[in-house]
Amino acid sequence: MTTITGAEILMRSLELEGVDVVFGLPGGAILKAYDSLYDSSIRHVLVRHEQGGGHMASGYAHATGRVGVTFATSGPGATNLVTPLADAYMDSIPVVAITAQVASTSIGLDAFQEAHTWGISMPCTKHNYLVTEPDEIAAAVHEAFHLASTGRPGPVLVDITKDALTGTAAFGGRKIIDLPGYKPSVKGHPKQVKAAVDLILESSRPVLYAGGGTIRAGASEELVKFAERLNLPVVTTLMARGTIPDSHPNTLGMPGMHGVYTASTAMQKSDLLINIGARFDDRVTGDPDFFAPDAAVIHVDVDPAEIGKIREAQVPIVGDAKVVLGQLLTQVNKRLGDQPAPEWTEWWSTLRGWQEAHPLGYVQDPDGPIQQQHVISELHRLTSGDAIVVAGVGQHQMWASQFWGFERPNTWINSGGLGTMGYAVPAAIGAQAGCPDDTVIAIDGDGCFQMTFQELITAALEGIPVKVVVMNNANLGMVRQWQRLFYSERYSASELSFTNPDIVMLAEAMGCVGLRADHPDDVTATLEKGLAVEDRPVVMEFRCDPDAMVFPMIPAGGSNDNIVLGPEDL
Amino acid sequence: MPQHLISVTVENKPGVLARVSSMFARRDFNIHSLTVGPTEDPTRSRMTVVVDGPVMEQVVKQLYKLVNTIKVSEHAPGEAIEREIMLIRVNADPQRRSEIVEAATLFGAEAVDVGPSTVTFQVVGEPEQLANFHELMKTYGIVSLVKSGRIAMARDAKNQKQQRSA
Ligand SMILES: Cc1ncc(C[n+]2csc(CCOP(=O)(O)OP(=O)(O)O)c2C)c(N)n1
Repeated sequence: MTTITGAEILMRSLELEGVDVVFGLPGGAILKAYDSLYDSSIRHVLVRHEQGGGHMASGYAHATGRVGVTFATSGPGATNLVTPLADAYMDSIPVVAITAQVASTSIGLDAFQEAHTWGISMPCTKHNYLVTEPDEIAAAVHEAFHLASTGRPGPVLVDITKDALTGTAAFGGRKIIDLPGYKPSVKGHPKQVKAAVDLILESSRPVLYAGGGTIRAGASEELVKFAERLNLPVVTTLMARGTIPDSHPNTLGMPGMHGVYTASTAMQKSDLLINIGARFDDRVTGDPDFFAPDAAVIHVDVDPAEIGKIREAQVPIVGDAKVVLGQLLTQVNKRLGDQPAPEWTEWWSTLRGWQEAHPLGYVQDPDGPIQQQHVISELHRLTSGDAIVVAGVGQHQMWASQFWGFERPNTWINSGGLGTMGYAVPAAIGAQAGCPDDTVIAIDGDGCFQMTFQELITAALEGIPVKVVVMNNANLGMVRQWQRLFYSERYSASELSFTNPDIVMLAEAMGCVGLRADHPDDVTATLEKGLAVEDRPVVMEFRCDPDAMVFPMIPAGGSNDNIVLGPEDL
Repeated sequence: MPQHLISVTVENKPGVLARVSSMFARRDFNIHSLTVGPTEDPTRSRMTVVVDGPVMEQVVKQLYKLVNTIKVSEHAPGEAIEREIMLIRVNADPQRRSEIVEAATLFGAEAVDVGPSTVTFQVVGEPEQLANFHELMKTYGIVSLVKSGRIAMARDAKNQKQQRSA
């Protein structure tokens, strides 16, 4: 039987998984793999920092629903992946990281660029592998893709020693999967599905609490059908924005720390939370002891460990969100027969009252300074909302989530669980690489931007024309907001600079178009100009109000009964 | 803090113990003791974990979440056969030696090493038996003590039923 090198086995295995692009950066231990990549049809995007490569893989996965792939060499290359792996783990994003390791004979000897990658990545991956033999590569890669993309998705790392890459073995195609302990449930238990529908029909103030799981499972269509069949109010968590159109009459918006008043209060006053693929995150619940005190819980999750972790569920259902929503709908139809569905008239009139009394809003003073909400609203108007939006972490992220009307799943990409500053630029590049025909817009803060902007060099050289809106408020804005509200306006180490770096010059230096607006009058024209650029990445800087604050706000650890609607409430 | 006894069947692969202990640390679960060893099936290992904590639901679920975990069972008190080994070295000058050995024999302890002024016993038994012996030996003065950690096996189902009806 003919044999090929481990590196060739790796490439052939990736090709068999349907990989079309890899984001990475080479080094000593992984050179052999890069040598084989040279002959492969797989596109490689050379990043400027491995963290960027990891977030690109995540952005790609978010936007396409396929597994994102990143490469890094041993030692520092691999350790630079820790943040994107932890990030993807928190948000259940299917990513496969291939790292090289020093030769198996050198492991444990503190060899040059040796790091215990397997141990370091263990707590921030769904699973990981150390492969020391060329004939183990194919199986590990195949299992890695299987694990990353099934059940609760997540990152999987395959660490391959240098001698496994250079050694040879026979390659027989994809190996069968041998994971006797891994059998994610897909279908919900019929008895539980029945119990759930019974509970829903008995409830008087139900809320459908949709989480990121509905997006990962591709369950949006089923979710909307189910919500419509029962006329249920729906809240969408930060990870679920777009799972049901924001223009849908049943949508209440995002609940939680910076959520819409009606969404947070509906949950708080609800007598039944129908949780589909959400995890009672502390940014949604506030102090869990005071969260939704009257609500019974139906909890649908593909990961049994999420059920009961924070909040007890009266009806737990383990299964895939898409499948279980289908089962729930069938059961509703069966139960109701010809009877009309409940309309929750009283509940809806309460909800409509709250919506009227406490809409989201902002005031743009025509003389300035620029308010970020205004930029986001204008951007939405000019693109008709037809774009993939990627955010960093901070005030701009919350405003983007609040003021962008999402109409489709997979069009909102952000770092929800880990809250990783620097996520937006590389994740947008990954999304654009996966969806070349879409408009991909990063909405970033000046602090976040300065963590990973160097990847715009990657984007310019690789011909990935992302659009980056930098909300320059010359501050770590969210930190400043907390210092203002909770630390007596003692602005310790939160001030950046409007002028250094000069973001326009920086953009131009990286081969991008750089634009700036610092007056409200110039916002629209600047956006129009930036949106018209198609052949290069473009950076649009908006110098914004440093003192603006995100509201509504529920102070950390507080009760969702006490929503702060504006500075006057404090 | 209540203790719970959990048996975990895992794939016999390198690093599985590290995965389990890393998960316990990450989730802030408290291991009282953990033993691991081969089983009748060479592709499987068996861990017996004694966990401190009020409820085990999350512990069991998080164990199952590990890809290499095949089966997790929590044993209710008395439901499993539980054994532990203790080696205990006590002061025993020649005058008191026979008194100590005699006391030890009542517990089924076996003298496995004798020095000029100490005796070392091996005790195999249920955790409670070991604790009682430990208590008794305190009066003589303990020089050194080591325990294996608990191993457990569910009782044969048939046997259990008979015991209950008896
Ligand atoms: C890597 C990392 N370090 C620190 C933080 C803490 N943090 C959260 S928001 C924020 C400020 C972000 O500033 P900027 O990007 O300018 O966005 P703004 O809040 O001003 O919109 C900081 C420092 C974080 N989330 N991530």
